[in-house]
Amino acid sequence: MSAHASHAPAPKRSGLWDWLTTVDHKKIAILYLIAGGIFFLAGGFEALLIRLQLMYPESQVVGAGLFNELITMHGTTMIFLAVMPVIFALMNAVVPLQIGARDVAFPFVNALGFWLFFFGGLLLNTSWFLGGAPDAGWTSYTTLALNQYSGRGVDFYVLGLQIAGLGTLIGGINFLVTIINMRAPGMTFMRMPMFTWASFVTSGLILFAFPAITVGLVLLMFDRLFGGNFFNPDAGGNVIIWEHLFWIFGHPEVYILILPAFGIISEVVSTFSKKRLFGYSSMVFATALIGFLGFMVWAHHMFTTGLGAIANTLFGLATMLIAVPTGIKIFNWLLTMWGGQITFPTANLWAVGFIPTFTIGGMTGVMLAVPPADYQYHDSYFVVAHFHYVIVGGLVSGLFAGLYYWWPKMFGKMLNEKLGKWNFWTFFIGFHLTFFPQHFLGLMGMPRRVYTFLKGQDLDVGNFISTIGVFGMTIGTILFLVNVVVSAKGKRAVADPWDGRTLEWTIPSPPPEYNFAQTPLVRGLDAFWIEKMAGNKGMTPAEPLGDIHMPSPSFLPFLMSVGLFIAGYGFMYHNYVVVVIGLLVTFGCMFARSVKDDPGYHIHEDEIEEKGVKA
Amino acid sequence: MKGWQQFWRQLSLFGLLALVLTGCGKDELSALKPSGPVAAMQYDLMKLSSAIMIGVFIVVMLIFTYVLIRYRKRPGQQGIPKQVEGNHALEILWTVIPFLLLIVMAVPTVTTGFALHEEYPKEEALQVKVTAHQFWWEFEYPDLGVATAQDLVLPVGKKVQFHLTSADVMHAFWIPALGGKIDTNPGQENKMWLQADKTGIFYGKCAELCGASHALMDFKVEVMDQAAFDKWIDGMKGVQSKDPAVATSPGAAQGQEIFNKSCLGCHAVAGKGGKLGPNLTNFADRERVAGILEHTPENVAKWLKDPQKEKTGNNMPNLNLDDAQVKALVEYMSTLSVK
Repeated sequence: MSAHASHAPAPKRSGLWDWLTTVDHKKIAILYLIAGGIFFLAGGFEALLIRLQLMYPESQVVGAGLFNELITMHGTTMIFLAVMPVIFALMNAVVPLQIGARDVAFPFVNALGFWLFFFGGLLLNTSWFLGGAPDAGWTSYTTLALNQYSGRGVDFYVLGLQIAGLGTLIGGINFLVTIINMRAPGMTFMRMPMFTWASFVTSGLILFAFPAITVGLVLLMFDRLFGGNFFNPDAGGNVIIWEHLFWIFGHPEVYILILPAFGIISEVVSTFSKKRLFGYSSMVFATALIGFLGFMVWAHHMFTTGLGAIANTLFGLATMLIAVPTGIKIFNWLLTMWGGQITFPTANLWAVGFIPTFTIGGMTGVMLAVPPADYQYHDSYFVVAHFHYVIVGGLVSGLFAGLYYWWPKMFGKMLNEKLGKWNFWTFFIGFHLTFFPQHFLGLMGMPRRVYTFLKGQDLDVGNFISTIGVFGMTIGTILFLVNVVVSAKGKRAVADPWDGRTLEWTIPSPPPEYNFAQTPLVRGLDAFWIEKMAGNKGMTPAEPLGDIHMPSPSFLPFLMSVGLFIAGYGFMYHNYVVVVIGLLVTFGCMFARSVKDDPGYHIHEDEIEEKGVKA
Repeated sequence: MKGWQQFWRQLSLFGLLALVLTGCGKDELSALKPSGPVAAMQYDLMKLSSAIMIGVFIVVMLIFTYVLIRYRKRPGQQGIPKQVEGNHALEILWTVIPFLLLIVMAVPTVTTGFALHEEYPKEEALQVKVTAHQFWWEFEYPDLGVATAQDLVLPVGKKVQFHLTSADVMHAFWIPALGGKIDTNPGQENKMWLQADKTGIFYGKCAELCGASHALMDFKVEVMDQAAFDKWIDGMKGVQSKDPAVATSPGAAQGQEIFNKSCLGCHAVAGKGGKLGPNLTNFADRERVAGILEHTPENVAKWLKDPQKEKTGNNMPNLNLDDAQVKALVEYMSTLSVK
C-alpha cells in the first residue's frame, strides 16, 4: 500500500472546499454538529409553536392542519436529524481518540454517511416549501400515511428518511469496524472507555434496527408512489404490518439514542469525581444487555393495537426486565461519586442533573410496561411526558454534558463556565416545568397530538404551565449559542483541561490531523490516568516515530448524496428523467471511486516532530 | 390585551398547581377518577406501580443528595480518592432487589391483563359495535336493532362488550373514566369490555392521530339506569323501524324538504338514509353538536353554514345554504328526538 502512496504532502485545500471534501473524522464531527444543531433549532422552533398553540384552550395560533405538520416534523427532525447527528458528532470526535486510532476504519464512508444524512434531512425539510410538510405523525401509521388521507408531505418523509437512514446505517457499520479493528495496542475490549463501549453497542443496534425501517419505508414508498397495496385494507393489505416494522426499528432506536448518553455520563461523572467508574464490568454488561433486550420489546408501543392478552403480557414483562440493567447503571453512577472529590463545572452539572431526570423517565417507563395500565397511558400526554423525560431530560442533557466536556478537545477553546451554568439551570428548570405537568394532563384525559383542547375539561392550568416551561428551555438554548460565539474568542484549551483519564486527553486540543504522533501503548482501563498515577508525563508509545499515512480528501461523497437527493425528487414527482440523472450521478461516482486508485498521502516524520511531539 | 389578562390570571393560578394535580381532573374525563371496574383495576395498577417507583426514586434521591453534599470537593482538599473497582455484594443487591420489585408488579399485571381481555357473549353483556370515522363515532346495538352516533348510550352496572373497527384510518376509542383505550383498525375487529357503575355523562376521545381534526373527535357516553335505557332503546327502535315522521310545523316541514334532498344521502334519520355521516335519528337529544359544540340552535346553524370551519378536514361538504334554509333545517333537526 505505502509503495503506491505519494510522499508529497496533501494539496492544501482551504475554506468551503476543505469542508466539502474532508474525510477527517474530527472535521466530520464538526459538520455533524453544525448540521444537527441547525436541525435542532428547527425542531425546537416547531416545538415552541406547538406549545404556543396549546397555551390556552381553543386557541388558533396555528391551524389544525399546520399543527399536524408541526408535530410530525418536530418528532422526525428531533429524532433523525438533530439528536442522531449530534450523537454521531460526539462519536466521530471522540471514539477514534479514545481508542488511540488515527481515524475511523473507512474515512471515505464516514464522509458519505454525513452527506447522505444531510441531504436526506434537507430533502425532508424542503417539504415546507413544496406543498406542505408530512402530517401523519413521526410514526406515519398507515392508513393515515397513505395517499387517500395525507398529502405529498409524506413522500418527503419516506424518501428523506430513506436517504438519511442509509447514512446512519453506513455510519454505524463504520464505527463497528473501527472499534473492533483499530484499537491501540493493549486496548482490549474490557479496557475500552465507557463511551466507546456505548458507541459500539449503539452501532450494533443501528446495524440490526435500521434495515427494518428501510423495509418499511420501501413498502410505504410502493404504496404511495407506485400503487402498491401492502397497507391498504380495501385491497387485502394489512395496516398493522407497518406498526411492527416501524417499532422493530423504533424501539431499538430509543436505545441507539440513550446508550451514548449513558456512555457520556459515565465518562463525565467519573472524571469529575476523580474516581474510576464504579462497577465497570457490570456497566459494560448492562449496556450490552439493554441493547439485546431492546430488540425484544417493540410491541410495547402497540399494547392498544389489539394483539391480545398473551402477546401484551409477554412484551410487558420483557419490558420491565430492562429496568434491571438500567437500575444497575444508576446505582453505579451514584457509587462512582461516593467517596470522590466532586467538582461541578457545567459538564458535570448536566451529568448530575441527568441522574434524577432520567430516573423519573425510567420509572414512568416501567409503569408503561404494565399493559392494562398502559391502556390508559397510551397515546396520552403521559406518554409524551415519559419520552421527553428520557429523550430531552436524559439524552439531550447527556449531549450537553458531552459537548461541554469535549468542546475543548473538538475546538481548542473552553466554553464559558458562567454562561454554561445559566444555560444549564434555565434549561433544566424549564424542562421540568414543561414536561412534569404533562404526566397529569395525560392521566386527566388529554390525548397526545391534539391541536387544541376544549374549555371546561380541567386541562387549562397544566397546559399553561407546560408552555411557560418552554420559554426556560428556549432561553437555555439561546444561552448555549451565545456561549459558542463567546467561546470563539475565549480561553484556549490545554490538552488536558479536566484532569482526564482517557486517551483523548493525551493529545493537543484540537488534535493534529493524524491524532497521535505515535500510537500509544495502553496498560489498563483509564489508560492516561494509569500513566499519571505512575508519574509519567504521557503515554508510552507503541511504535517508533515514522511517516503517517493519511486518506485523501474526496468530493465524491458529497456528489453521491446530491445524486440521491435529485433522484428523490424525481421519484416523488414521477419524473423518471430526473430519477435517471440523479442515479447516474450517484452510480457514476461509485464507479469512479471503484476504478480510481486512491493511494492517500503521507505526513512526513519531520513535520510531525516539528508540531506534534512537544505538546 | 385579552391574552395578557389571561396570562396573569393563569399565572396566579400557579400556586394552585399542587392542588390541581392532586385534584386529578374532571370526574367525567379523568382516568384518576374511575367510574367502572375496568378503570378501577387500571387505577389500582397505576397506584401500585407508581408507589413502587416512587419508593425507588426516594432511595435514589437519598443516596444522590447524600453523595452530592458529602463528597463535593472541599477547598484545599488534597490527595486522590481511593479508586474503587466495584463491590460484588452491592452490585448483586441492586440487581436482585429491583428484580423482586418487578415480580411484585408482574403478578397483578398478568392477572389484570387477562381479566381485561375476557370476551362476554350477549347473554352476559350488551354488545355494541363501534365504527370510527374521520372524525365521528358510529355506534350500533346489533342485537337490539338500533344505530346511533356521537352519543353512546349505556345502561349502568352492566358489562358492555365492544366490537370495534374503523371505516377509514386508524383511530382509538377511549373513555378515560370508564377504562383504557383500544385502537380501531380498518379491516379488522378489536374487542374490549367496559362497565359504568355511575349514571351520568362521560367524555370519550379519539386517542390515535387520525387527521386534521383528531383533537375534535370527541364523543359522549350517557349512562342511565336499566329502565331508562330500555325506554331509550324502545324509542329508538320504534322510530328506526319506520320512515321518518313528517314534520308538522311549516318551518320544520320546509327544513325536512331540504334535508331529504341534501342530507339524507349521507345521514340516516329513523329508518331511512345513508351511512356516510352520523345517524341523526336522535340528533336533538345529543349533548353536543358534532361532538364538540354546545347544543344550541346557533351552533347547529354555525355548523351547517360551514362544517369545515368547525372541524377542518371532515367529510361534510359546504352545502352553500342561505340563512333561510339553515333556519328551516335547524328547526327540523330540533324535532329529531326520541325522548
